[in-house]
Amino acid sequence: MHLKYESFVREPLVDGEKNYHQVTEDIVRPIEQKPGRMWYVGFFFSVILLCWGVFSVFWEVYYGIGVWGINRTVGWGWDITNFVWWVGIGHAGTLISAILLLFRQGWRTGVNRAAEAMTIFAVMCAGQFPIFHMGRVWDAFFVLPYPNSRGPLWPNFNSALMWDVFAISTYFTVSLLFWYSGLVPDFATIRDRAKTKLRKRLYGLASFGWTGTAKNWQRHEALSLVLAGLSTPLVLSVHTIVSFDFATSVIPGWHTTIFPPYFVAGAIFSGFAMVNTLLIVCRKIMGLEDYITVGHLEAMNKVIVLTGSIVGVAYLTELFMAWYSQVVYEQDAFKWRIMGPYWWSYWAMMTCNVVSPQLFWFKKLRRNIPFTFVMSIVVNIGMWFERFVIIVTSLYRDYLPGSWTYYSPTWTEMGFYVGTFGLFFTCFFLFAKYFPVIAIAEIKFILKTSGESFKKEMAPIDAKSTEEFKHELEHAHH
Amino acid sequence: MAIKKFAVACYNDEEVLFPAVKKVRHSGFKLHDVYTPFPVHGLDHALGLKETDLHVAGFIYGITGTATAVGFMSWIFTSDWPINFGGKPHWSLPAFIPITFELTVLFAAVGMVLTFCYLNQIMPGVKKHVFHPRQSDDLFVVALEISDANEQEAINFLKTTGAVETSVQIAESEWWYGRFDKEEPYEKYTTVNG
Repeated sequence: MHLKYESFVREPLVDGEKNYHQVTEDIVRPIEQKPGRMWYVGFFFSVILLCWGVFSVFWEVYYGIGVWGINRTVGWGWDITNFVWWVGIGHAGTLISAILLLFRQGWRTGVNRAAEAMTIFAVMCAGQFPIFHMGRVWDAFFVLPYPNSRGPLWPNFNSALMWDVFAISTYFTVSLLFWYSGLVPDFATIRDRAKTKLRKRLYGLASFGWTGTAKNWQRHEALSLVLAGLSTPLVLSVHTIVSFDFATSVIPGWHTTIFPPYFVAGAIFSGFAMVNTLLIVCRKIMGLEDYITVGHLEAMNKVIVLTGSIVGVAYLTELFMAWYSQVVYEQDAFKWRIMGPYWWSYWAMMTCNVVSPQLFWFKKLRRNIPFTFVMSIVVNIGMWFERFVIIVTSLYRDYLPGSWTYYSPTWTEMGFYVGTFGLFFTCFFLFAKYFPVIAIAEIKFILKTSGESFKKEMAPIDAKSTEEFKHELEHAHH
Repeated sequence: MAIKKFAVACYNDEEVLFPAVKKVRHSGFKLHDVYTPFPVHGLDHALGLKETDLHVAGFIYGITGTATAVGFMSWIFTSDWPINFGGKPHWSLPAFIPITFELTVLFAAVGMVLTFCYLNQIMPGVKKHVFHPRQSDDLFVVALEISDANEQEAINFLKTTGAVETSVQIAESEWWYGRFDKEEPYEKYTTVNG
């Protein structure tokens, strides 16, 4: 029996007078109703972006990788920038669903479903970039270690790029399983109250025939806990391995041991910003302000200011190490980052990631919704520039001055990036329409300790002395 | 596959459910199962259920993943096709760590989820009898297996436990392949009032 009392000091996680049935009503209502006009406009717009992306990718595959702006010196451009950016965004979902579960953070229940959906869609977007960057994309399956007719010649398991293949595919699979295992009971809720035959049939399939017996729930809890325990080191390993793509090379600006923690902090930083962007819009349009409260947004803003500061320290450490190393190539790489032809990208990164998030030290601003929304976009712009700075400004002036170059993307590269936005938002709009955006069963689980109306009833418990409270708890039933 | 008769009681709060479950266990009636809309902590103990061994299964799957990754890479790099990568040793264990870790997690997660589905007997296309449409919403449902002989006795007993609704149902007790939009011909639902 878990503690049925929570201090007044903690603000409620579910606002308003709610009972279990009201929770179901509030969260399932958007699924049972026809979507509003905003949904159709947004969905249609996303599909157009997706189509544009498909066209850009088709163009690249048909004419070859030469249609992109990348060249012999700058071999990685927007494609890998976008790959790292999208993977990073995904990290917040796993942090919320797994790490905060282990830390027993009650506020995760309001946002974990949508954040995990974001993870899955973001990883789907990320995966496109390395695959199409291969050029001959029809040979992409060569990265898989299957017994082949070429020897069999195996892929190089000692390569950081190969580790990436394993890390990203494992991350996607495990996130999907974790997400879906939480969805199964909620689909059963939708199924049991469905009025139309089609909905009953489809959600019946999606719910796997879940009925929620005591034993089922006991196993479900065990599964969630172990999957959270597995996902926690997994999410840290994924961006660590992404950073190895750079750190295991000998390029000035890449070859540093600070990269793994620096990348992981940056990933969480941009991911939480994206969660804020999505949820501020979602709660408004779907009327879920009682479940995704200002308190939830504030909690995420606190994570943003923390990880933003970590990233800031990492940037300064890089500069210090470049100077302290006394390696001329390292020093020049950083000098040109700050003052070279790409100075604007470095300063955009510094402003958006280090300077502006510091405003979140003010509680008033952390709880200000329009400000949070603007900041969430600023942070994601900043984090995109971070990856651009790391990739392009480490490559464009290499050891041989004769091959120095200036890289700019072409329309196909930009179209590809735009297309992944289309993919991401198309998926997210479908998710918001057909899936419970908030974990119904989990909200019910915390309702009696963290619901606003139930918190009011805790005044008599609060008035008791500690001894009295302890005595009663020990002698409660069973 | 067995079609049985059930006496079903619905409770609207877990605070009422706990004493009711206690009474049911001491009553001598055959308890079929308890259905709740969310995990109610302590209910498994109140019902006398054993702890699940799902995490042990997860550990075994994880170890299998570790062994697969280390074994496979070792075999490839030392015996199947040794390649010289810049003069480094063929059996370069530190470089195997990332893939070994990923495969450990992958095997553990996939294995556990499949085991979870198998143990709970859930799968797309599987259907089980839903005793009350609100058992996944806000009702806590206790189902007793009864016969014609003790039907009245069971209903009278359940009414004393604080149930908000009681019923007698004829239904399949296990899972079967079916669609949730179709009712089975043998199913019968009789609400007992007062």
